[in-house]
Amino acid sequence: MTAADVTSGSNLNATRPRGSDTGFTHRSHARALRNTLARLVMWAAFAIAMVPLVWILWSVITKGGALLLNSHWWTNSQRGITNRMVGGGAVHAIEGTLIEALATAVMATPIAVMTAIYLVEYGRGRLARVVSFTVDILTGIPSIVAALFIYAVWVTTFGFQRVGFAVCLALVLLMIPVVVRSTEEMLKLVPNELREASYALGVPKWKTIARVVVPTAFSGIITGILLGLARIMGETAPLLILGPYTKSIATDLFGGLMPTLPTMINQDRTEVLQPAVDRVWGAAATLILLILLLNIAGRVISRLGAPKT
Amino acid sequence: MPTITGVSSVDELRDPEGHGPLQGDRASTGRLGDRLFSGTARGASLLIIAIVTLVGVFLLSQAIPALANDKVNFLTSTQWNVDASPLQFGIANLLWVTVLSSAIAMLIAVPLGIGVALFITQYAPRWLSRPAASMVDLLAAVPSIVYGLWGLQVLGTHMDGIQAFLIKLFGWIPLFKDAGIGAASTILTVGLVLSIMVLPIVTALSREVFAQTPTTNMEAALALGATRWEMIRTAVLPFGKPGVISASMLGLGRALGETVAVTVILSALAGSAPWSWSMFNGGETFASKIANNAAEFDSPQKAGAFMAAGLVLFGLTFVVNAIARVVIERRKAFVE
Repeated sequence: MTAADVTSGSNLNATRPRGSDTGFTHRSHARALRNTLARLVMWAAFAIAMVPLVWILWSVITKGGALLLNSHWWTNSQRGITNRMVGGGAVHAIEGTLIEALATAVMATPIAVMTAIYLVEYGRGRLARVVSFTVDILTGIPSIVAALFIYAVWVTTFGFQRVGFAVCLALVLLMIPVVVRSTEEMLKLVPNELREASYALGVPKWKTIARVVVPTAFSGIITGILLGLARIMGETAPLLILGPYTKSIATDLFGGLMPTLPTMINQDRTEVLQPAVDRVWGAAATLILLILLLNIAGRVISRLGAPKT
Repeated sequence: MPTITGVSSVDELRDPEGHGPLQGDRASTGRLGDRLFSGTARGASLLIIAIVTLVGVFLLSQAIPALANDKVNFLTSTQWNVDASPLQFGIANLLWVTVLSSAIAMLIAVPLGIGVALFITQYAPRWLSRPAASMVDLLAAVPSIVYGLWGLQVLGTHMDGIQAFLIKLFGWIPLFKDAGIGAASTILTVGLVLSIMVLPIVTALSREVFAQTPTTNMEAALALGATRWEMIRTAVLPFGKPGVISASMLGLGRALGETVAVTVILSALAGSAPWSWSMFNGGETFASKIANNAAEFDSPQKAGAFMAAGLVLFGLTFVVNAIARVVIERRKAFVE
């Protein structure tokens, strides 16, 4: 066995002509064996990692996929449907999830994008380091702690009810760091020549950022927002604490209960009656589908409009 | 694409004369627009700092009255009785279950994540490398409640055999003692599910640092006659070590704070249940304790007890994430 055999298929072959290593071919069996073993282990690691992915998707599709093909699923709510009855849909929960996600994005995006602009375009010295560190801390805040914080502010301190808007506030905390980090990355990719060309023409800095830098990185920023949305749409912990479930359509963020897909799953998760169990898995499949669509949209946009560097 | 570290090669971008990018006051004209815009950007940043500070302050301010009324030791007591008029609550149980389930998750996810990251960056044929990375990332897109549902109703039904086997083999160790809980809702099952949830985090960051290994180092190792594995051991792994540590820390932060999957899977025990070290026991983590009792926040006293638990969780994840940050910062300094 020669080194060329061992490394065949590697990325390094391009820079390392075959046969250049014929000078030393002796290799002990033990080393060759260990090398082969390591290769097997890595392939096995990948195979093992794929098992849960395939298994989860398979379970969700086989248990909940059928409901999604029924048109009622996308047009009806669960109003008046009991756990023994087949039927009803998830439109109330889908609407709730989308409304809350939208409201969250509207609040989180300006803060996150401006913070990223600060970090990349203005940030110098101590404050920038503190901001960057704080964003890291925010990244690491467990969703239940964010929910508790909003509960402490919204319900305990101000005495408001548990409504959809409070959920959105908790989700804002979870969405901001994702969007800050991705926007930062995209702004850094904008070539400095563009900024300098703009300055050379006498354009003030703020206009350079608003008209040159941000438009150049626009698709990347949108991707970041979509990925942030994908992250928060699956969040359940804030909903458990701040957003009680209801079976009817509800679109008011500031009053009353607001159903969402995660709470729809949570509501009936201990149920044993088959129609309810089916709907739980159907809601799970719907949620995964929505999140996948957002992820795919994000990736497509980033690929279409990546800044040329 | 965004990186988890927030560090990219672009950070080091310099023009040929060695000047950094034109930034700060040098590029600003001091006009109204400039002042407004930079003011808004700075304001947004300060807002984030304020929010994070407030999280700590609010939790603390609500936890302190409850802690002051706590009649048992908060750190070492296993009781959780917030209905009694002198409160009695301690976090020993929660801490143990949280740490044990996270430890199981890390024991599985870290080696597996490193293996997958090495596979993607070093072993996978070129056509497979990108799709493989996307597929592992897909694991991060599955919502935690779906993980919980799947863990309890699908994975859980296959745990009986494993549990029986482990108990038969190691049952004499307290950690493996039979606790009489259904195999689907034990700490072990939670740990397994958490390991799957943490895997994409560990893999993504490890992959990033492995891919940054200087080609010259790798070529040097190969030129000295190293096999591929020896090259990885001598060039890739030492270079990526800080990144892997920080990836594991970020994953650990996620595992410690995971709420819904744990709440769904783990069977909460009655308050009178005896203390057990076993991984086949039920119980509650900090996060699942809070989630399970969301309906009990009616009085400030009771809510305060849960805020105290939330505060400990916040502190734990804060420390873990700060360590991750420090490790990766040190590496940055080293590379420069």
